[in-house]
Amino acid sequence: MSEHTMQFMPGAGFRARARAAVDNPALRRSFRAAMDFLIAKRSAQFDDPLELETLRTLGEQIRQYNLGKLPELLEQLEARLTGNGIQVHWAETPDEANAIILGICKAHSAKLMVKGKSMVSEEIELNHACAAAGIEAMESDMGEYIVQLAGEKPSHIIMPAIHKTKEEIAHLFHDKVDGVAYTDNVDELIQIGRRVLREKFLVADIGLSGVNFAVAETGTLCLVENEGNGRLSTTAPPVHIAITGIEKVVEKLAHVPPLLSLLTRSATGQNISTYFNMISGARRPGEKDGPHEVHLVLLDNGRTQAYADEQLRTTLQCIRCGACMNHCPVYTRIGGHAYGTTYPGPIGKIVSPHLLGLEATATLTTASSLCGACGEVCPVKIPIPDLLMRLRSEAFSAPHDDPRLRGQGAARSRLMSGVWQIWARIYRSPTLYGITSWLASRFNCLTPSRQGPWTAVRTPLKPAPKRLRDLLKEKA
Amino acid sequence: MQTQGVAGKRPADIYFFATCVVDQFFPGAGLDAITLLEREGIRVHFPVAQTCCGQPAYTSGFPDQARAVAAHQLTLFPENWPLVVPSGSCAGMIKHHYPRLFADDPQRRAQAEALSLRVYEFTDFLVNVLGYAAQDQGAECTVVLHTSCSARREMGVHLSSRQLLDGMKGVTVAMQDHESECCGFGGTFSLKQPEISAAMVADKLESLKATGAERVLSADCGCLMNILGHAAWKDAQDGQTSATLPGEHIASFLLRRTEQGAAK
Amino acid sequence: MNASARQRIFAKLRSAPVLPKAAPDVAAWYAAHRSAELPAEKVARFRRHIELAHAEVHLVSAASWPQKLAEILAARQIGRLLLAPGTPHGARARSALTAEGVACPTYEAPIERWKAEMFHDIPASLTAARCAIAETGTLVLWPDAHEPRLMSLVPALHIVLLDAGKIYNTFHEVVEQEAWVAGLPTNALLISGPSKTADIQVTLAYGAHGPKELIVLLQGDEA
Repeated sequence: MSEHTMQFMPGAGFRARARAAVDNPALRRSFRAAMDFLIAKRSAQFDDPLELETLRTLGEQIRQYNLGKLPELLEQLEARLTGNGIQVHWAETPDEANAIILGICKAHSAKLMVKGKSMVSEEIELNHACAAAGIEAMESDMGEYIVQLAGEKPSHIIMPAIHKTKEEIAHLFHDKVDGVAYTDNVDELIQIGRRVLREKFLVADIGLSGVNFAVAETGTLCLVENEGNGRLSTTAPPVHIAITGIEKVVEKLAHVPPLLSLLTRSATGQNISTYFNMISGARRPGEKDGPHEVHLVLLDNGRTQAYADEQLRTTLQCIRCGACMNHCPVYTRIGGHAYGTTYPGPIGKIVSPHLLGLEATATLTTASSLCGACGEVCPVKIPIPDLLMRLRSEAFSAPHDDPRLRGQGAARSRLMSGVWQIWARIYRSPTLYGITSWLASRFNCLTPSRQGPWTAVRTPLKPAPKRLRDLLKEKA
Repeated sequence: MQTQGVAGKRPADIYFFATCVVDQFFPGAGLDAITLLEREGIRVHFPVAQTCCGQPAYTSGFPDQARAVAAHQLTLFPENWPLVVPSGSCAGMIKHHYPRLFADDPQRRAQAEALSLRVYEFTDFLVNVLGYAAQDQGAECTVVLHTSCSARREMGVHLSSRQLLDGMKGVTVAMQDHESECCGFGGTFSLKQPEISAAMVADKLESLKATGAERVLSADCGCLMNILGHAAWKDAQDGQTSATLPGEHIASFLLRRTEQGAAK
Repeated sequence: MNASARQRIFAKLRSAPVLPKAAPDVAAWYAAHRSAELPAEKVARFRRHIELAHAEVHLVSAASWPQKLAEILAARQIGRLLLAPGTPHGARARSALTAEGVACPTYEAPIERWKAEMFHDIPASLTAARCAIAETGTLVLWPDAHEPRLMSLVPALHIVLLDAGKIYNTFHEVVEQEAWVAGLPTNALLISGPSKTADIQVTLAYGAHGPKELIVLLQGDEA
C-alpha cells in the first residue's frame, strides 16, 4: 500500500479545496451523474408518499426511543453479546480503539487484516495505526480497495470511489496490481479485484467490519452489504473484530426490519441489499466455519457530547445511508474530499463538530444554503438544517469556561459580532431602518460596483430609487 | 404545509409584510402584489414600522440579534388578520422559526404562536384562501418557474405558483432539469462560500435557459436577486445588450397579464 | 484503561438529561402498510423481486428438483457440487448427481483443514433456504453444521432449494412468526441475489466477492 496516503484537514483550506473542486469539470460531471442516478433510484423505491412519510416517522421513533434508553441498552447489549461469546470493548477515543484492535492483533500474531467496509475504522484512522504496528490492513470493499490502492480516502460513505472514472481505475489497476493489463471494462476490473482479494481472505488472520445495527435483546451484530466481502471478512478469518459507534444499538429485533428497509432504499434505491448478515456469536462446538473469536469495539469519540444536548442528540439518529449527500447541491458540486472529514456532506457537517471540535469544523457549517434537501430525504428525520444553524450559533457564541461543545465560540470575531450588532440595531428600530433605507435608495447611485464575493459572478445589488413604502405613500 | 382550501371565507382585511428585500430592491413586486390583492376586494394594511423578519442573522448563527429584530415585528400585527408575505423564505421564518426563537420568553412565544397560525405565503393565499384564478389577457408565452427551497420544503406551498400559471390560457410553463434544486443563494452562504454558490447559480441559470423560456418567474425575491444578478452578469460577460432571460416576481406577471390589453 | 473508558462513557451518558420516548409500534405500521398476500401472490412477488436482483428461479416439484439440478449443472458443465449429505435434500441430490457422474464433495472438516480447496476448487454448492420473504425477494438461511456459513458464499454458483410454502410477506413477519427473539443461530443470513457491486462509476457488476450466480429451485406442489 502507498505510504503517502491522503490526510484529511477539515476547516483549514476548505474554501481552497471547494474552489478546486468546482473548477474541476470532470469531478463535477462524475458527482452530478452519480448523484442523479442515486436520486432517481431512491425515488423509484418510494413511489408512495404516504408509505414513505409514515415509514420515516417510524424510523425516527425507533431511533429516538433507543437513544432515549441508550445507557440501559448498551448494558443489555454487552451482557447478551458476552453471553453469546462475543467480547465487548469500550473506547472513548480513536487512540483507545486502535490500541484495543492492535492488542487483539498482537495476541494472535496477526500479519494481515482484511477489512469489510467500516466508516468508523476510517474515523479512527485504523489503517495508519495498523501500518505503524507492522500489520497490513487490506480494504476489501471494491470502492475502498480502489481508494486504498490510490492512497486516497472514501469520498462518499456508501460509494467510496465515486469520484473516480472507470478509466482512472483502469490505469490504477494496471499500475498498481501485478500482472494486470489495462482494461476499462467494469466487469473485468471487478474480477481483478475479486481475484486479488480472494487470496487475501484465504490467508488473513483478522477480519474487521463495521456494524449497521446492534440488537440488544439478542446480542446480534447486523451488517448490510452487496458484495459479500463483509460476509467473508466476518467468516473466513479466525478472528473477527467489529467496531461501531455507541449509538448504533437498538433494543429489539423487531426494530431492525423497518430500519433496514429505510437504509437500503434511501442509500442506493435497493429494496434490500444482497446480504443482510446477522452475527450472534463466534463458532460454536460442532460448527465448521466462522471465527473462533468475535470482538466488538464500542466507540464514543464525541458521540456523548452530542448525546448530552436534546437537540444535538438527533444527530445520533443517523443510520449512515448517505441520502443527504446524494441530494445535497453542495456535496454534488464539491465531492466528498473537499470536506476534509471522514463523513462528508450534510451528515458530516453535523457529526464532525462532535468528533473533531468546532475549531476544526466551524467553516464546514457555513457550507450550506440551508435548502433543506437533506432534511427532506433523511430516513430518520434528522433536522439537519436546524442543527447546522445551531452549530453556527455555537461557533459564534461567547467562549464558555465550561464549554458544552468542544470549540464553542471558535469562530467568534469582533468584526462579525459588531456587524450583526449594528444590523440588529438598525432593523429593530423603524426610525433607523427608515433613515438608512431612505439614504440607500436616495443615493443609490453611490452603491459600490464591487460588492465583495457577490459581484464575482453577479451584477451589483442596487437599492431601487424608491422603496415600497415610498411607492405606497405616492399611491395613497 | 400548504393551506387547505378555505376559499369562500375571504377576509376583508389583511396585513402585508413586504420583506426587506422587496422594500428596498423589488418594490415594484410588492406594489403589484398589493394591487392584485386590492383588486380582489381586500383591504391591505402595510404597517410602515415593519423592517425585516430577522432571518439573515438567524441563519448566520446570530439568534440573539435575530430575536431583537423579530421581537419588533411581533408588535406590528395585532389584529386577527392574515399576514401575507410575498416570499416563502420570510413567511417560513415567521411561521416556523418565530415560535422557536421565543421558546424561553412565554409572552412573546404566545404571540409568535398566534401569529404563526395566520401567516401565508402570497401564492398560497391567492390560491387556497381566495380561490384566485388569473383571467389571462396576454399573448402566448413560455415561462419557467423557480420555486424557493423555503416555499417548497418549509412552507410546502410549491404547488400554488404552478397552479396559478397552469390556469392561464396563454402561458406555457417549461420544466427545467433539477427543478427542485437550490439556486445557491442561501443568504450569507453566497458570501461565505462564494465559489460553491457561484457554481450553483451558474448551473441553475443554465437549466432555466435550456428550457427556451422567455422569462423566469419566482415567488421569492431572494432567489430572483441571485439568479437575475448572475444572468445580468453573464449577459455582460457574453456581450449581450439585452437580458437573455429576464425575470420577475410572479405577482408582477400575474398583474400585468390580467390587465386589459395586456402584453406578455 | 479499558474498564475506565467504559465507566467514563456511561458516566457521560447517564448525566445527560434524557426523557424516555414512547416505544414505536412497528407491528402497527406493517399491519397498515403491508397486506398479507395469498400463497400464489407471495410466490409471484418473491420471484419477481429476486429475478430483478439477477437470480434465476426454477419452479420444481418435490419429485423433479434433483433432475432440474442435474440439468443446471450439465448446462454449465459443472462437474462438482458441494452439498450436505446429512440433510434429506443433500442425500437426494447426491444420489441423483452421482448417477450423472457429478462429484459431490462435502463439508466434513472444519474450514481450516481445507480452506484453499474450498476457495479454489469448489465451483458450486447446494443449500436449502429456511424460508423466504416476498416483499424483497429474499432467501433466509440459517447456516449450521451441515451447511456452514461459507457454503453459500465462496462457490461461484450457489443453488438454493426453497419450499414455496415457506414464503413470508415481510422480514418483520419472519422475525415475529418464527420468534427469532427466542434464539438466533451464530449466523443468520438474508440473501437477495448474487453478489454485486456498483462501486465503479455506478455500473452494476455481479460476482464481486460472493457467488456470481444464484439459482433458486422453488419447490411447489406442481411444476
